Amino acid sequence: MSAIRIFVPIDAAAQSVGANEVAAAIAMEASKRGIDIELVRNGSRGMLWLEPLVEVETDAGRLAYGPVSAEDVPSLFDASFHSGGEHRLGHGLTESIPYFAKQERLSFARCGVIDPLNLADYEAHGGLAGLRRALTMVPRDVVAEISESGLRGRGGAGFPTGIKWKTALEQPAGQRYVCANADEGDSGTFADRMLMEGDPFALIEGMAIAGHAIGADIGYIYIRSEYPHAIATMRHATEIWHAAGLSDFRVEIRVGGGAYICGEESSMLESIEGKRGQVRAKPPIPAISGLFGKPTAVNNVLTLAAVCDILAKGAAYYRDFGMGRSRGTQAFQLAGDVARGGLVEKAFGVTLRELVEDFGGGTRSGKPLRAVQAGGPLGAYIPATALDVEMDYEALAATGAMLGHGGIVLFNDSVDMAKQARFAFEFCAIESCGKCTPCRIGAVRGKEVMDKVIAGEDRTSNLALVEDLCEIMTDGSLCAMGGLTPMPVLSALRHFPEDFGRE
Amino acid sequence: MSDIAALPDLLERCREICAQHGNRPDALIEILHAVQAERGYLADDALKGIAQALNISRAEIYGVVTFYHDFRREPPPRHVVKLCRAEACQAVGSDELARHAEARLADSASIGVEAVYCLGNCALGPAALVDGKLKARLTAASLDVIFADLERQA
Ligand SMILES: Cc1cc2nc3c(=O)[nH]c(=O)nc-3n(C[C@H](O)[C@H](O)[C@H](O)COP(=O)(O)O)c2cc1C
Ligand code: SF4
Ligand code: FES
Repeated sequence: MSAIRIFVPIDAAAQSVGANEVAAAIAMEASKRGIDIELVRNGSRGMLWLEPLVEVETDAGRLAYGPVSAEDVPSLFDASFHSGGEHRLGHGLTESIPYFAKQERLSFARCGVIDPLNLADYEAHGGLAGLRRALTMVPRDVVAEISESGLRGRGGAGFPTGIKWKTALEQPAGQRYVCANADEGDSGTFADRMLMEGDPFALIEGMAIAGHAIGADIGYIYIRSEYPHAIATMRHATEIWHAAGLSDFRVEIRVGGGAYICGEESSMLESIEGKRGQVRAKPPIPAISGLFGKPTAVNNVLTLAAVCDILAKGAAYYRDFGMGRSRGTQAFQLAGDVARGGLVEKAFGVTLRELVEDFGGGTRSGKPLRAVQAGGPLGAYIPATALDVEMDYEALAATGAMLGHGGIVLFNDSVDMAKQARFAFEFCAIESCGKCTPCRIGAVRGKEVMDKVIAGEDRTSNLALVEDLCEIMTDGSLCAMGGLTPMPVLSALRHFPEDFGRE
Repeated sequence: MSDIAALPDLLERCREICAQHGNRPDALIEILHAVQAERGYLADDALKGIAQALNISRAEIYGVVTFYHDFRREPPPRHVVKLCRAEACQAVGSDELARHAEARLADSASIGVEAVYCLGNCALGPAALVDGKLKARLTAASLDVIFADLERQA
């Protein structure tokens, strides 16, 4: 009989709740009992509240047990979990768990399924098909395929990827670059991290396709330093990729310096060049003059992962998911005070309520939900009474909110929205690159004024001042850091005036 | 902690690290990370060594070092706890946790608590990196256990 395959995630979130200890306990217990197992360290399936989620491969499929602690391991063996035995931590087939079964996993189809650093496993699960097809096509046709798919950038701005690539391709001949934006600084987001740790070759393949499409043979992956696990996995994956000689495309990894603004594309380019991450004035856009002044495609990790699927399965396949001008799927991330936190990949058009209630199961604390912040620290606070909005770029914008990178943070009724508004200014003050006055000075002033509001000092005129400051920041900032900080501030004030002493 | 950053070989070591990066000025941030990982912080001599090897001014390097939150100009505490202070962790009580940590460590020389803004563990907050190890669902009690462990290692 061949060894029984047991999967214990190596994903950082899983490790943070004891996955390494569980893996060690399983190895030890199996050897003690003389049971032949093959322990695979996979990525996470994204059901983070069940981590460490241990899976056992059976003829019927993979069975899930979780959350498993090292202490549970002997009892799992006593219950013969390694041959599918029943146990109080059992959930049946992983892919039949409703949270998972209701998803549309395209970009995350392999994440949590394969051994992240096994290229043969990657290929056996559909990897490399996109690149192989792309390499049979002329660059113009690859760009056309991406345009037809309707793919928009997943980093937050939602800019059509096909247009960006077309612009880069049309520049005069010479050196070009692909830059993967893995800075993922938004609170409430972890999808880029999960993909890099669970399916790193997908990012490299997407970059290689982008390279072929725009005529670049060098790519950089800019990963934030707060992600040591992802950095290690990507470094390893890059070595394996280069050694396998799959294409001429070379990838270099650059680690950030703990600056949120370096997620903004021009600041990121400055940082990759070894400089202060100060935002560049636009124009020129990076597709025309980017890294070292050369045409550069800057794309988010998830945009590049989607590219693999589009090339492998065709533009029409991808386009069929989604609604309106938001095509394909989005990796939503449920975070904060949420009962079932994790990653939900769904076609655009799912409602915020479905995500928060059906998937998320409401708050972890059991307290009533009061607000949701969507789209990261620059995104709006949405009251719990307004969850029926469809998750699509335009539908959210119409309500004064934004999708951003897909993060959804739940807050219970103990949240003080005036404090959250103050924090938005504070965060902007800490992370501003300092290039323009409305952001650099406005954020500091905003925080000071909010302190007065919170202290109950002359609220009417101080709140009027907050609104003025917001207007100046919105109109006069060079980038969305200063330009969008007013969004969380004003949405909090609009929907929760009582927290600001306004009736 | 002995002041290893100031050991006499620092200049030489910086030159080696720069050479490993092809003495490319665009690799400056990688180089700064590498030196800091070895020495704990970036002493004046480190900036001097890197400036010479990359043939850029020390002022330019200083500008970069001060822009990024990661880089240290002073020796770090023996143990560093980077506690997430961003929104998803605020939603599950990270502000209270930070106040607890501050009070608990008021006279600790060996443990430093620093703010970070998101560690990508937002579904399992409050999160922290404890000497580089990611932690989840922290409470005052679990944080106290972590501090006690670190103090024992001290
Ligand atoms: C303050 C700020 C922070 C940003 N952070 C990120 C980030 O962490 N990751 C990301 O992909 N895009 C981020 N962006 C958006 C990028 O500027 C850019 O639009 C994106 O990387 C383009 O890739 P895409 O078209 O594939 O989305 C940020 C923008 C701003 C203004
Ligand atoms: S808005 Fe803020 S972060 Fe953006 S360029 Fe201006 S100062 Fe820099
Ligand atoms: S907000 Fe704390 S880990 Fe993301």
